[in-house]
Amino acid sequence: MSKFGIITKGLLKENPTFVLVLGMCPTLATTTSAMNGLEMGLATMFVLILSNIVISLISPVVPDKVHIPVYIVVIATFVTVLQLLMQAFVPQVYETLGLFIPLIVVNCIVLGRAEAFASKNSVGDSALDGIGIGIGFTLSLTVIGIVREILGSGAIFGWKFITGDGILAFVMAPGAFIVLGYLMVLFNKLAKR
Amino acid sequence: MAEYLIIIVSAIFVNNIVLAQFLGVCPFLGVSNKLSTATGMSGAVCFVITLATVVTYLINKFFLVPLGLTFLHTIAFILVIAALVQIVEIVLKKISPSLYQALGIFLPLITTNCAVLGVALNVVTKEFTFGSTTHMLNLGEATVYALATSLGYGLAMILFAGLREQLAMNDVPKSFRGLPIALITVGIMAMAFLGFSGIV
Amino acid sequence: MAAKSNLKNMALSLTLVCLVCSAVLGCIYAVTSEPIREAQQAKTNASIARVLPAFEGQPVMESINVDGLDYTYYNVPGTGYAVISTVGGFGGPLTLMVGIGNDGLVCNTVVLSHSETPGLGAKCQTESSFIDQFKGWDPAARKLAVRKDGGEVDAITASTITSRAYSAAVANAYNVYLKLRGDE
Repeated sequence: MSKFGIITKGLLKENPTFVLVLGMCPTLATTTSAMNGLEMGLATMFVLILSNIVISLISPVVPDKVHIPVYIVVIATFVTVLQLLMQAFVPQVYETLGLFIPLIVVNCIVLGRAEAFASKNSVGDSALDGIGIGIGFTLSLTVIGIVREILGSGAIFGWKFITGDGILAFVMAPGAFIVLGYLMVLFNKLAKR
Repeated sequence: MAEYLIIIVSAIFVNNIVLAQFLGVCPFLGVSNKLSTATGMSGAVCFVITLATVVTYLINKFFLVPLGLTFLHTIAFILVIAALVQIVEIVLKKISPSLYQALGIFLPLITTNCAVLGVALNVVTKEFTFGSTTHMLNLGEATVYALATSLGYGLAMILFAGLREQLAMNDVPKSFRGLPIALITVGIMAMAFLGFSGIV
Repeated sequence: MAAKSNLKNMALSLTLVCLVCSAVLGCIYAVTSEPIREAQQAKTNASIARVLPAFEGQPVMESINVDGLDYTYYNVPGTGYAVISTVGGFGGPLTLMVGIGNDGLVCNTVVLSHSETPGLGAKCQTESSFIDQFKGWDPAARKLAVRKDGGEVDAITASTITSRAYSAAVANAYNVYLKLRGDE
């Protein structure tokens, strides 16, 4: 597969949100606005790229039977690094995303990519895979965030174009499921053509 | 006593772990095709969440906090949960093969169920509301909270599996088939559960 | 090719990974602990600056027990106190910082964290007509409770519970202030 192909497959063919349907928890919980979705996507991408790189480096010497625990330790380390860095330099963002930053550890995308791609491919390709899947995830979250923000608070990236409130259900829990459901329909429809 | 009641009602209905907190959504969507698998998964989750919360609570209280290592919450808890799931699997296989057959296949999946880590982290980092006052949970309350939360998970999962079994028999537009219609159904369920907000 | 899965290899690789990871985390923690402390300090100072008139120097963090509950407060010498007060709101804990001047009047209030319903209770953070009514409030003369409960606080439309909690938080903070004055 070409280097370019590794990056772009994360956008459509193996889009983590709409096709692989992985990492649903942050996808639903943090997309109350476009900005939150974008930030969550970037945070996940950070962990994804670094853990992909390290795992592809160490996988040749890790015994088969303990490879999952070893991968989890590596991922958890990067998540903790991310937590500390965010607390230090972007405390506001860290507060908004809250619990879902530590929960990147159990995001099936990260462990899934480690298992399915990084452990079998070269360091360079694994890094590219991390970037590609990361961008796909970030874009999906941002799109969901944009839709929910427009419907729910009548704004895009914090810029309000109506006075008063939007349809509040869309910033609350039900809206998350419904928006994701309809976007998935749209994605299916467009992808099939 | 009243405090336990508040925790139970709040964890099962008001702050339902799937429908209000978005934890454990992947397995919720993944294994809710059939009522029987949904029940099995709920049982396994119930068991692991309660056990994991008690163990991580104790580790936090007697190990991480005294040593000033609370920044290691995430990494310590996930390791404990992974180890715990393995141990439960081994023990269950030895002492109760029938229960192992019922829950066994779900156990490995639970390590990456964010509900387990989420509840464990919630208990040690968040304050809970009791009427007009708030405080951190003690061990007894944490155990009840974990149990009630996982019962809420089971409730949502079993209700949803029932809906999905009905859904499978209906004529759904092609693009909506499978997950999209399931997600929209969950959305409507979540809307119904919003009705519980404010009762405690 | 993966190494053989014998006991020695497995134990060795797990131990090594854990050692390296702890070392990395230790370093990062050492590097970030200072900025994290500063960021928290800056946040607290910004909140104090919002709830109390301009002051000089570093406020001192102290804590006190009032009616069986522990409160954290900042003593700003010569100006007043900034009390952190948490009560149960509609969706979960509602934490305010309440600035009370040495004259016994509420100076200003700010929401530190909340989990109220977006668009309803969450307006307690943004709706100025609600927040501004507490500025200069004299709790000794006017009762801190919503009108429905016989007080003088105008509640946010359709969010009585949040407004009630907000008023209670301010009232609690005032009790802390009274105790502090009594102690002096």
